[in-house]
Amino acid sequence: MLSWGNFISQMFNGLVSGALLALIASGLTIIYGTLGVLNLAHGAMFMLGGYGGWIAYTYTGSYTVAVAAGTIFVLLVGVAMERGIIRHFYNRPPEDQLLVTFGLGIVFVEGVRLVFGSLIKMTPPPEIFRGITNLGFMVYPTYRIAALVIVVVALGALYLILYRTRIGMIVRAGIEDSTMVGSLGINVFKVFMLVFGIGAAAAGFAGIVNAPIVSIAPDVGDRYLVLTFVVVIIGGVGSFPGAVLGGLIAGQLLSLTSMIDPAYSEIVLFVAMTLVLMFRPRGLLGTAGRE
Amino acid sequence: MQGEDERKGMELAVEHINTSHPLMKELAPGVDNGLLGKKLEILVADSAANPNQAVQAEQSFINQNNVMMMTGSTSSSVAVALNKLADREKIIYLPGISGSNDTTGKDCARYGFRQGFFGEMAANAIGPTLVKNFGENRKAAYMTPDYTYGHTVTESVSTYLRDHAGWEVVTNQVSPLGTQDFSQYLTNIANSGADFLINVNWGRDAVLSTQQAAQFGIIPAMTLVVPYQIPFLAPEAGPELTEGVFACTEFWWTLEDEYPLVKQFVEAFQEKYGYRPEWGAENGYVAFAHWARMITEANSFYPADVIAQYEKGETIPSLMGDVFYRPEDHQCVRPVCIVRGKARSEMQNDEDFWEVVEVLSGPDVIQPVDYLGCELGEI
Repeated sequence: MLSWGNFISQMFNGLVSGALLALIASGLTIIYGTLGVLNLAHGAMFMLGGYGGWIAYTYTGSYTVAVAAGTIFVLLVGVAMERGIIRHFYNRPPEDQLLVTFGLGIVFVEGVRLVFGSLIKMTPPPEIFRGITNLGFMVYPTYRIAALVIVVVALGALYLILYRTRIGMIVRAGIEDSTMVGSLGINVFKVFMLVFGIGAAAAGFAGIVNAPIVSIAPDVGDRYLVLTFVVVIIGGVGSFPGAVLGGLIAGQLLSLTSMIDPAYSEIVLFVAMTLVLMFRPRGLLGTAGRE
Repeated sequence: MQGEDERKGMELAVEHINTSHPLMKELAPGVDNGLLGKKLEILVADSAANPNQAVQAEQSFINQNNVMMMTGSTSSSVAVALNKLADREKIIYLPGISGSNDTTGKDCARYGFRQGFFGEMAANAIGPTLVKNFGENRKAAYMTPDYTYGHTVTESVSTYLRDHAGWEVVTNQVSPLGTQDFSQYLTNIANSGADFLINVNWGRDAVLSTQQAAQFGIIPAMTLVVPYQIPFLAPEAGPELTEGVFACTEFWWTLEDEYPLVKQFVEAFQEKYGYRPEWGAENGYVAFAHWARMITEANSFYPADVIAQYEKGETIPSLMGDVFYRPEDHQCVRPVCIVRGKARSEMQNDEDFWEVVEVLSGPDVIQPVDYLGCELGEI
């Protein structure tokens, strides 16, 4: 399927899926960067956002309410997770953290399956974003274009929080050296709770924005979890700009390889990750020496 | 969802065998409040369409529960794996929904007997309909799930259309089972210049890919064809997407107008479960009924006797007329039908999604015995 038309189309498609990956990866990377916890339940946060939004949509019929409700719900789940469980693991070995977040992910996925079943649930896009838009080089679903804009705005908001607010400054300082931040008299544990909530909410927000595109099922976050890890590794662990760059690169690799054969798209992505690990282990925008 | 429907058909069959229901007596006259003086009991596990999980569950049923027959699948990869297990453990296996040519082709089993239709039959059935309605030398884009069912159905359908009407495969987009976002595949299809979208995806993948093809404007710009009808596609995707779509299936409930046994089955199923059965339920029910018939006629549960009974190849009833199992590959030669999606305005009730266009006899659409390379093993 090599043609200019298809090349441009797949580039655009890669931009849309890459932006979504960037947003999910941002949540994962700020949690890891600040707290040092690799949250294997991040895919479940993505899924919970979709279900929270879907329930809100079912009762209100409003897309805006669904997005807000899904995001706030996952923010609260994140905070509760951090307060109830994760904080007890800050001083435990990394494998304990992996196991507990992996286990929590399974509990969330199977809990949702138990309550709502395995069948897909659909949250339709708002009326104004339904239908198809002719971009000149291709026709593209209007909602996917809207989702791109929404995700870019969300990434911008996350950037402003991280780089233009006091809490963002503390988070970034915490990423560099949380012990030093604590010794300056800042209650790092309160910040940790907030960071975990915001990181989870980023995935939850992405989950509900993505729901009208692919619909939701209990295992909807599984594939995204794997891809998100690849994005974070390519971009640089703990780096917000790295997550954005990694997401965009991953989106393009997946999409452009699909032009030749979709079966190879994930292989190419993993090859790229391997190359980054070999020649620049800290990731493209990661900081050397950061754990 | 297909799996649940199939299981309900099997559970209804077990209930009918244990109570000598009049419908079951039509299909298996020897049942007498059970089989050979024994009541049937069914054990259920979720395979999650995963062959490893299916084999583990069945192995546990064999070791711990001494089951005498294995059944079920909504994935041909499961059916093929259980075929192998059946031969190894010497236990009769009745695949459920399994559309791969291989299940009674190159991966056939001495202990396996498939009642349902499959890719090659579907291709031979729907091919003439497509050529008659859409003419020759058309361009088709295929969406194929990456496992035995998908590859064999696409191969059969594309070969038929190429050899009989010069249809060209402009692209074949192969996606892994469980794909959620089909945008990469659909972008290729949108740029392929195809006239037809032939969607071979199964289950949730089929629903999502069809919905997303509509989001991309591929439907209705291209004509959708579903060569192997996906149960519950129409209610999940909506009649707006399946309107006018040709599909091949082995059962649709409106056949009750033509076949009295179908009417009995639909009524019994609807009374018990509150909706009209899809073809998975019919498949499960009839496969069980045929097995019960073989047991009673062989007057034995011993697998070798049951196999010998099947391999007599006798003509026996199904819900839609007489059928028989071929001794050479253990495939039931049964009728299949072509359906076309109704517009919402044409639907008589909320389950009236398809109109049966044609019912084709099994011998007319099945391939020659040696065509798919089945070599049955020893008993």
